[in-house]
Amino acid sequence: MKTGARATPARRGAIASIALLVVFLAAWQWGPDLLGVPSFIVPPLSSVAAEFVRAWQVYHLPLHTGVTVAEVLAGFLLGSLLGALVGYLLGMSPTAELALSPYILALQIAPKVAFAPLFILWMGFTVYPKILVAILIVFFPVMVNVLTAVRNVDPDLINLARAFKASRAQIFWRIEFPSSMPPMFAGLRIGSTLAVVGVVVGELVGGNLGLGYLLTFGEGQANTPLVFVSIVMLTLVGGIAYLMVILVERRVLHYLPARGSGQGG
Amino acid sequence: MSVIRLEYRNVTMRFADAKGEGALTAVRGVSFAVYDAEVVSLIGPTGCGKSTLLNIGSGLATPSEGAAFVDGERVAGANAHVAFMLQKDLLLPWRTVAENVMFGVEIQGLPAKECKRRAQALLANFKLAEFSGHYPHQLSGGMRQRAALARTLAVDPHVLLLDEPFSAVDAQTRMLLQRDLAQTLNQANKTALLITHDLAEAVTLSDRVLVMSRRPGTIIDEIKVEIPQRDNPIARRREQKFNDYVAQLMDRLDIAHVALEHEAAS
Repeated sequence: MKTGARATPARRGAIASIALLVVFLAAWQWGPDLLGVPSFIVPPLSSVAAEFVRAWQVYHLPLHTGVTVAEVLAGFLLGSLLGALVGYLLGMSPTAELALSPYILALQIAPKVAFAPLFILWMGFTVYPKILVAILIVFFPVMVNVLTAVRNVDPDLINLARAFKASRAQIFWRIEFPSSMPPMFAGLRIGSTLAVVGVVVGELVGGNLGLGYLLTFGEGQANTPLVFVSIVMLTLVGGIAYLMVILVERRVLHYLPARGSGQGG
Repeated sequence: MSVIRLEYRNVTMRFADAKGEGALTAVRGVSFAVYDAEVVSLIGPTGCGKSTLLNIGSGLATPSEGAAFVDGERVAGANAHVAFMLQKDLLLPWRTVAENVMFGVEIQGLPAKECKRRAQALLANFKLAEFSGHYPHQLSGGMRQRAALARTLAVDPHVLLLDEPFSAVDAQTRMLLQRDLAQTLNQANKTALLITHDLAEAVTLSDRVLVMSRRPGTIIDEIKVEIPQRDNPIARRREQKFNDYVAQLMDRLDIAHVALEHEAAS
């Protein structure tokens, strides 16, 4: 049926995608040399790969990756939990939203990563400032999406439940909460990638652990391949975080009409 | 005379207008009664307060004056003897059809087994049994409206309040839904108040039609529909009298005149 009709363009897209990757990797390997770019500016793929192995053995790459992953996870979970909680509370209390909205807006406009040095002053070179930046940065997209979703629930649906004599808690758990799921997951997707940004900025500013630290360490030694290794690893961490959200979303929102494979971002 | 199921006694409803000053009277001094197992339609121009009356009957709105009564009891807040159905199916997209049908009984705290039993029975009755595990988006508009009707009936209400339940579906589907509704109401001996814009629908489905004036809405006429076979709207449509009733309603609503006014205004 539908899937049959879509199979051809989807497969063509996948093949083109893989071809592009091969072209990109080839360009990375041989491009710099052909264009006369020195390897300390853009190291070829092979030297980045070699540096990856060295970083794994010498620079404790698994440890740094593990620390970053843990910080991202903690920041993302706490930030989204807090964002959802505040989103629901404000969504159910228009007065609270009106009172708090200017401050929320101000905090939303303020560049969260600029708080990183401040948090390090407060909490030292620990993992906590990094997690806190991630929490702050993840909080907003989740909160705003949940708030809007709760606001936009069809009042007739609420009336339907009220006509069946639903309690406030029943209205929340049976209507408002499930209605907020699709927008909340849109917020979580954004949050999952932003969490990595928050953590990295924290690590760049101070500390001696994490991929952000490894990146500045490589920079200090003019070790461009190590900088590239760190960037690749960070991209991987962000990508996996995003993928995890998508996987959970698919399970939770299984009832939604199937969307094209290209969508979702 | 049989028992009165639903009654409006001198109901007036005023809303504060947009500026918050003064009041807009939606309905004024509305009194009527719907008897047991009777189907009554309410027709009138847009904005005459028909839906306001429905909200008052279901306890979602409190009238400024007067009151609604269900089974002789004054309506104060939502009540288990009344169930309503709107033009929108209001099916929850994350629930299967069966779970949607169970929505009301579940909230009312019936045991899960009984909820399931009622849902299965109603779905079978509405020829939706094989779709009980489907999600609403997988159904056609007509099937969704039937599921919504099943949800309304699942709570076994004494009175059904129907607000233009079929106005969002195509003409053919509407006739089939009207037939399903008529048969169900007849079999279950349910009392219903039907709000509609569709004069033909009012005549085919009801025992009586109440005509409302423009805002502030009052009841200006009552027409008894004396065509047999209230459980068979399609047969009713073929009767000669059917057209006479529709024509009579058109006259009462002054439709030709209103249309001219619209043209003059534009």
